[in-house]
Amino acid sequence: MNILKFLLQKEFKQIFRDKSLLPMIFIVPILQLIVMPLAADFEIKNINISIVDHDHSSYSQTLISKITASGYFRLNDYGNSYSSALQQIELDKSDLILEIPQDFEKNLIRENKQKLFIAVNAINGTKANLGGAYLSNIIINFNKEIRNKLIPAQKFSSAPTIEVVSSNWYNPYLNYAIFMVPGILVTLVTMVGAYMCALNIVKEKEVGTIEQINVTPIKKYHFILGKLIPFWLIGMFVFTIGLFLVGRLFYGIIPVGSVFLLYVFLALFLVAVLGLGLLISTYSETQQQAMSVAFFFMMIFMLMSGLFTSIDSMPSWAKIIAKCNPVTYFIEVMRMVVLKGSGLNDIKYHFLVMIGFALFFNVWAVINYKKTN
Amino acid sequence: MKQFLAFIRKEFYHVFRDSKTLLMLFGLPIIQILLFGFALTNEIKNSKIIVCDYAKDAASQRIINQIEASKSFEIEKSLLSHNQIEDAFKSGKIKLAVVFPANFNDDLMHLNKSKLQVIADASDPNTATTLTNYINLIVSDYQRELMRTNKIPYQIIPEIRMLYNPELKGATNFVPGVMALVLLLVCVLMTSVSIVREKEKGTMEVLLVSPINPFLVIIAKALPYFFLSIINLTVILLMSYFLLDMPFNGSVLLLYFESSLLILAALSLGLLISNSTDSQQIAMLISLMGMLIPTLLFTGFLFPIENMPLPLQVIANIVPSKWYYIIVKSIMIKGLGIKAIWKETLVLVGMTVFLLLVSLKKFKIRLE
Repeated sequence: MNILKFLLQKEFKQIFRDKSLLPMIFIVPILQLIVMPLAADFEIKNINISIVDHDHSSYSQTLISKITASGYFRLNDYGNSYSSALQQIELDKSDLILEIPQDFEKNLIRENKQKLFIAVNAINGTKANLGGAYLSNIIINFNKEIRNKLIPAQKFSSAPTIEVVSSNWYNPYLNYAIFMVPGILVTLVTMVGAYMCALNIVKEKEVGTIEQINVTPIKKYHFILGKLIPFWLIGMFVFTIGLFLVGRLFYGIIPVGSVFLLYVFLALFLVAVLGLGLLISTYSETQQQAMSVAFFFMMIFMLMSGLFTSIDSMPSWAKIIAKCNPVTYFIEVMRMVVLKGSGLNDIKYHFLVMIGFALFFNVWAVINYKKTN
Repeated sequence: MKQFLAFIRKEFYHVFRDSKTLLMLFGLPIIQILLFGFALTNEIKNSKIIVCDYAKDAASQRIINQIEASKSFEIEKSLLSHNQIEDAFKSGKIKLAVVFPANFNDDLMHLNKSKLQVIADASDPNTATTLTNYINLIVSDYQRELMRTNKIPYQIIPEIRMLYNPELKGATNFVPGVMALVLLLVCVLMTSVSIVREKEKGTMEVLLVSPINPFLVIIAKALPYFFLSIINLTVILLMSYFLLDMPFNGSVLLLYFESSLLILAALSLGLLISNSTDSQQIAMLISLMGMLIPTLLFTGFLFPIENMPLPLQVIANIVPSKWYYIIVKSIMIKGLGIKAIWKETLVLVGMTVFLLLVSLKKFKIRLE
């Protein structure tokens, strides 16, 4: 017990002595947590539109003012030529083109039918889809108004209508940041834990100080615990600041569910992640190797965790990868407990899996860790 | 010159001897292309929903069938009462609930009006709005079906054409992003440790007392990574062409030229980090902790930059991968030439020159 105490003292002294390490652990993650959720917003606003109007009628004018008044679109340019509008798209100045054909108004009234042409820059599929849908909606409404104006109302009210009443639970204002903050916090805690732990041990190997530890009566488990406990505490600390300081002050997030439950899960999650860091360090000889391997896994963990894109939409082989990723479970638990107030019963499966991860990584790492070369 | 070549050879040995680092250098781009090409999509598919049907009549059945047929939804049959909705949301089993009131069809036929309730789990706002929109579409399709008998007068038909990416494939957007991400991060990461490692191990002293110009030592450090990055780029391009059917409309030569620019900018940034730190640990943490998430977000391929608050849009301008992403899209997909992207190219050149000058200035040829 005494040995462990001295080891912990050594680790903390080393960490706190390094003046350039401290900001990397404490300030950089917090800054990112403050800024990054603001950047992660799927809501599509300010779609730039180019309008090519061959008609110049009162109808085309009404339609254009309807589009610009909708709040979704920003009129980038208005002209007669499709090719110059296309050039705007090529330059990324504009996202979509609406082309109003000649005699739009005349044909609509005379032939009862008229087409409008929309061309969307579809490189970003989501944006294209949404932009096209918004515009179609405006046109449909415009269409309805014209129809109501031209035809006496009672003739048309006989159509059956279904009203869809929708409600958004847990986040009625559809605030995207509330959804992103817990997820980004998890990623940051994972990075701090896994990188720091892996790098720290390999550093002792590379500098050669591990030899000195190996020749002392320090037991294998002493050494490992001495390395894990400091980073476990740091992980807890970063999480606390992130959730209570940044989450509450900057984003007004107050966990709906039990905070105690979150911490129990976090404690378990950190053990798993630190175990992974330990495992990486046992396989690496240099810090560069450790970092390369850690980066490789971090990238996959982050992309396959459902942080940015939904796991349900992935093909089944990718879902299996996502299921083998500890970060997935913690992000899910965070979002469930913080935003929806889920209880222990809802996340007991996550707990079991996380215990499995923690055991798996740590046992493997301990078996693989050798005091002698 | 001979000495310089010897230095370059030394650096290549360092890189190729280390198989675990090579795994990251080449494994990461390949895995990322595969993941982004096949696994990750902004589309919302197979979302689990529950339907509480208190009506059980022709209309509700027809709409449910339509929902079931859509690839966006998967109906969980096990839940039948609306009391279970909240529990199902809390356990994360479902994303949306659709409730048909009793007499749904009767109201529709006789009162000409009926209501349908949709409850979304908006803790994920994007999924919630998209799914609600899908349900709306299905319902309005059904309404149109009902009205088909009476002809609609004065109809405007919007015809939508998807430019550049008619099938709305996610890869078209992601591949340029991944290229930017991988080239930038890998280069910065690798070079950022290169000099500081020699400092930490004490071998820097040996290098500095050698008769070669100290600046050539730095250049020699960066060269292998430049070479490897070009190979990486080739692998990515081949994979995206043959596996992901990415279009190649522009000049390949121009693409390689612009990519070399990004690589140079990244290498200079890496050298700058390496020259300004004293330990590998710090250098790595700066390039990993400090750069991973910002690069991912500010490149603009996950979330559109023009949606961000203004200060962040300004910050995004200093991220080299943002400019490169615009360039790659213009060349590969739109097939544009240098005339359309000279501004972005100039920005990259400026960044490279600036970073290189600062990092050379920071390079100390005397050790303390």
